Amino acid sequence: MTIRHHLSDQLLMSYAAGDLPEAFNLVVATHVSLCDDCRAQLAAFEVVGGAVLDRCDMAAMGDESLTACFARIDSLPNTPVRARKPARRNGLFPAPLADYVGGDLDRVKWRSVGAGVRQAILPTGKGASARLLHIPAGQAVPDHGHRGMELTLVLQGAFRDDSDRFGPGDVEIADQATEHTPVAEAGMDCICLAATDAPLRFNGLIPRLAQPFFRI
Amino acid sequence: MQASDDMTDWAGLMARVRDHQDRAAFAALFRHFAPRVKSFLMKSGADATLAEECAQDVMATLWHKAHLFDPSRASVATWIFTIARNRRIDALRKARRPEPEELDWGPEAEPDGADLFESRQETTRLGAALAQLPDKQRALIERAYFGDLSHGELAAETGLPLGTIKSRIRLALEKLRQQMS
Ligand SMILES: [Zn+2]
Repeated sequence: MTIRHHLSDQLLMSYAAGDLPEAFNLVVATHVSLCDDCRAQLAAFEVVGGAVLDRCDMAAMGDESLTACFARIDSLPNTPVRARKPARRNGLFPAPLADYVGGDLDRVKWRSVGAGVRQAILPTGKGASARLLHIPAGQAVPDHGHRGMELTLVLQGAFRDDSDRFGPGDVEIADQATEHTPVAEAGMDCICLAATDAPLRFNGLIPRLAQPFFRI
Repeated sequence: MQASDDMTDWAGLMARVRDHQDRAAFAALFRHFAPRVKSFLMKSGADATLAEECAQDVMATLWHKAHLFDPSRASVATWIFTIARNRRIDALRKARRPEPEELDWGPEAEPDGADLFESRQETTRLGAALAQLPDKQRALIERAYFGDLSHGELAAETGLPLGTIKSRIRLALEKLRQQMS
């Protein structure tokens, strides 16, 4: 997998600092699972966190706080916390995404949103929303702008817009200024993980076909 | 940071906690880091009681996860930061935080002496670099790490020398990928 479009430093730092809404965290964690370059940059931003912590002044601790901490340690069973098992990826989805779907591609509960496009909204906390998109090969996406910030991570296939190609592992970072016409490449259906901090517009009361699908 | 702190072998103390459940070593780590974690959490918006509670939690986690600490990959300060950050997200934002896939560093991935030394120095060097930033810029970075800044407000350019850290980790990842294939 040759990744050409990476997460921005801004996103990686915000993820390291713990400032992103859950849906963006999911896109970052999924891309980093696929990309050692961003994994290394993320680790560098965590070192900044260590330096910030080390520079913090020392708050006065309560009396006997060390004793209390030992009591806490002793109250828990002394079975070592196991490391999260390194994932052996058999399917398409890296572990953090598979966690949200409850399995791989075959477990996704797709819903049609018209023109052959399907989506599945993933359960995430407030501030942003995440969904999987399935775009038939060769399908043009209606011209659309973006409200807020939108991250689109390609998992399978590819899409092109006026200026660029986004293949597996690539992430497109779009904001209000982005106007483009993405087209899923011929040959293979395109599956993406997308997250946006714009409010979800799509609900059952609005005719689905009228919705530009990337935002929905 | 006091000069004596630079000389303390925090990773060595962690190893004694891991291998011998050494309470004196843990106490030394606690005295240095617990008050900083408490202060970190208070800057993140926790009141003193909650911050004290969570700081003890973070330090207890340090004890229970001591065997997972890999000194060639991160300094003790960096590792404690990630535990404190996750505790903060849990306690203050009550949100989930998906993590990247774990890599199988394996037991045979022996800590490289040079890496060990480097990860120890990196936090100290970055602390010094932070101290030299203009006040406004430093404050912005610190606020981001206290969870007090949305990603929209964050400056893309930190002015911190992160290139060498990234290259070191990138190299370690390449080595690992070669071993795995
Ligand atoms: Zn990347």
